[in-house]
Amino acid sequence: MSDEKKKERIDIHAYLAEFDDIPGTRVFTAQRARKGYWLNQFAMSLMKEENRQKFKEDNAAYLENWNLTDAAKKAVLARDYNAMIDEGGNVYFLSKLFSADGQSFQTAAGSMTGMTPEEYAQMMINGGRSPEGVRSIKEKY
Amino acid sequence: MARVTTGITSSHIPALGAAIQTGTKGNDYWGPVFDGYEPIKKWIYEPGNMPDVIVLVYNDHATAFDMNVIPTFSIGCAESFAPADEGWGPRPVPDVIGHPDLAWHIAQSLILDDFDMCIFNDMKVDHGCTVPLSMVFGEPSEWPCKVIPFPVNVVTYPPPSGRRCFNLGDSIKAAVESFPEDLNVHVWGTGGMSHQLQGPRAGLINKEFDLNFIDMLIKDPETLSRMPHIQYLREAGSEGIELVMWLIMRGALGDKVRDLYTFYHIPASNTALGAMILQPEETAGEPLNPRVVHSGHSLAAAAE
Repeated sequence: MSDEKKKERIDIHAYLAEFDDIPGTRVFTAQRARKGYWLNQFAMSLMKEENRQKFKEDNAAYLENWNLTDAAKKAVLARDYNAMIDEGGNVYFLSKLFSADGQSFQTAAGSMTGMTPEEYAQMMINGGRSPEGVRSIKEKY
Repeated sequence: MARVTTGITSSHIPALGAAIQTGTKGNDYWGPVFDGYEPIKKWIYEPGNMPDVIVLVYNDHATAFDMNVIPTFSIGCAESFAPADEGWGPRPVPDVIGHPDLAWHIAQSLILDDFDMCIFNDMKVDHGCTVPLSMVFGEPSEWPCKVIPFPVNVVTYPPPSGRRCFNLGDSIKAAVESFPEDLNVHVWGTGGMSHQLQGPRAGLINKEFDLNFIDMLIKDPETLSRMPHIQYLREAGSEGIELVMWLIMRGALGDKVRDLYTFYHIPASNTALGAMILQPEETAGEPLNPRVVHSGHSLAAAAE
């Protein structure tokens, strides 16, 4: 290594800390991935038709097969996607749940914004949510 | 020898697949999106343009890889890959037929070039891989060329840096060029552009960021590749990070490229959609006419 230029390294603590500065956004870090392990694995199980059937027959009973926190169970039963993400869920995993419900990405994503599906769809047609003012909590730009 | 003749970028929005499946691709909402791909489709079926093999860079959306295995860079080396059931049954599209000889050659070459690849055989492919194929090739009974699936982790943080992706592209180029068979190889970079699918900030679109990204991808990918993750997250939304995969495509094309075609449309579901054809300058064909197409809300903004 001595004759090679020393590598520029990223400070992992600073790297991770910046993620908390983005409004309305939860980045899927290792910490979240660990917390949401079983919630995400539950969602993955819905990629099989037989599991979807069992889940549809009795949501609550199906959830008992997974090592979920009470908060995660409650969030799934209420289809509260923000609450599921707070419990470590990731939208690509959770897409198996809303797909099994026959919902689109747009409906699910819109449900996290507090807007009605119509309002959200119209916002997208009008060019989407502007990044103005929602890039940084601290810097407010 | 084999050569990387072309780079194509394409969004891989699952709703595009749904529009094809439900026969709504001609309606007022989806029509302009499919119209914008029409020149790419026409171009690729012209003599000499059809690749023998596509190295298709995409991210697996928690489909083949769950929380159990999270490979940063992987390559599919099998004979074929079936479409995955992502919760609503598999997309009714043909199996992806691989090119094991070239795939294993690339895998070995990349490892010797310090990219420690994860090699997959039994792997299903999700919309990230099959939607771009549908958008460019339409609805054939079998795909017109071989495809090497090349999944990149952009789901669990940290994903690879833009710099790492750009350098990986360069190593893919070298690997392809050391394959003895005479093959026309494309590298496709998929995903993007700006979009966020989660939380109260869902629906974010940043036209200025996207158009600048396209411009720099063509003219100055070296500088673009140094953009840190936080800038993608702030400016292009949490799922806009997929754009690092476009840098793999760009790295595989060498220093100078000609942009044959650029399409940009807002919105496709939650997403700003971008699709391009790029070729290495020294072997580039003629640009398409028109060379740049904007549609949807991107037009309204362009007229400001």
